[in-house]
Amino acid sequence: MNVPVAHFLVVAVMLFAIGSVGVLVRRNALVIFMSIELQLNAVNLALVAFSRMHGRLDGQVLAFFSMVVAAAEVVVGLAIIVVVYRRRRSADVDDVSLLRW
Amino acid sequence: MQADQLLFWVFAPISVGSGIAMLFQRNAVHAALFLIVNFFTLAVFYLLLSAPFLFVVQIIVYAGAIMVLFLFVIMLLGVDRDESLVERLRAQRPLAIALGLAMVVEMIVAIRAGIGFATKGPANFDEAANQGGNVEALSRVLFREYFFPFEVTSILLIIAAIAAMVLAQRRSAADAEDEEVVA
Repeated sequence: MNVPVAHFLVVAVMLFAIGSVGVLVRRNALVIFMSIELQLNAVNLALVAFSRMHGRLDGQVLAFFSMVVAAAEVVVGLAIIVVVYRRRRSADVDDVSLLRW
Repeated sequence: MQADQLLFWVFAPISVGSGIAMLFQRNAVHAALFLIVNFFTLAVFYLLLSAPFLFVVQIIVYAGAIMVLFLFVIMLLGVDRDESLVERLRAQRPLAIALGLAMVVEMIVAIRAGIGFATKGPANFDEAANQGGNVEALSRVLFREYFFPFEVTSILLIIAAIAAMVLAQRRSAADAEDEEVVA
């Protein structure tokens, strides 16, 4: 282990920022969803890096749980996107504006 | 230069680059493919951080199952549509990019102030924390200290599976007529 932990954290931060910009900029619901996945993965990387730094496995267990929650979230989210697409014939988030004032 | 340093410096640019490339793809399938590249580089990072079990899980669950699910839905919704580039909110894009860059800078400052750029993990991680192998050590922690969350997770997965079935179900003709009125 010759790479400082902070390097992994910097990569994680960059990926999280890319994911955030993706959520803000993109219009396609699927690509927004992928950006959220990228954010979740960035957090996982940070958790594993901290686990390595502290010499304990709790971070890895937490990353494991977050993967499970991410899998559940993907299933429900994609089902919602499919339902919205069936009603509106579009996966564009700007078309889903029923609750907008 | 040590082997793990070499691996890190090879895969870190690929990781960040594939993330940025995903952002710029107008086609959803291409974005998904770049995301798969990104997940693979993250798996390599897990290996470098002595987490071989998460390395395998990352490839099987993320790069395998979740991305296949994504590609299925992309195919289901039609791939030929490219995203329109008309900006609905003025200055949203530049503002978003500026905020993202500001977050990177802020977090890097925070990392520097918090743990510094030279901190390395304990050298005996594989003997101490990963005692008896990563999978054994991980299951020891998981089933002793995190047993209740683990069981709750199973309920969550069942609920998610049922929710997906209920949501994606085709409605009957009468329901569909109601929906037409609402839409």
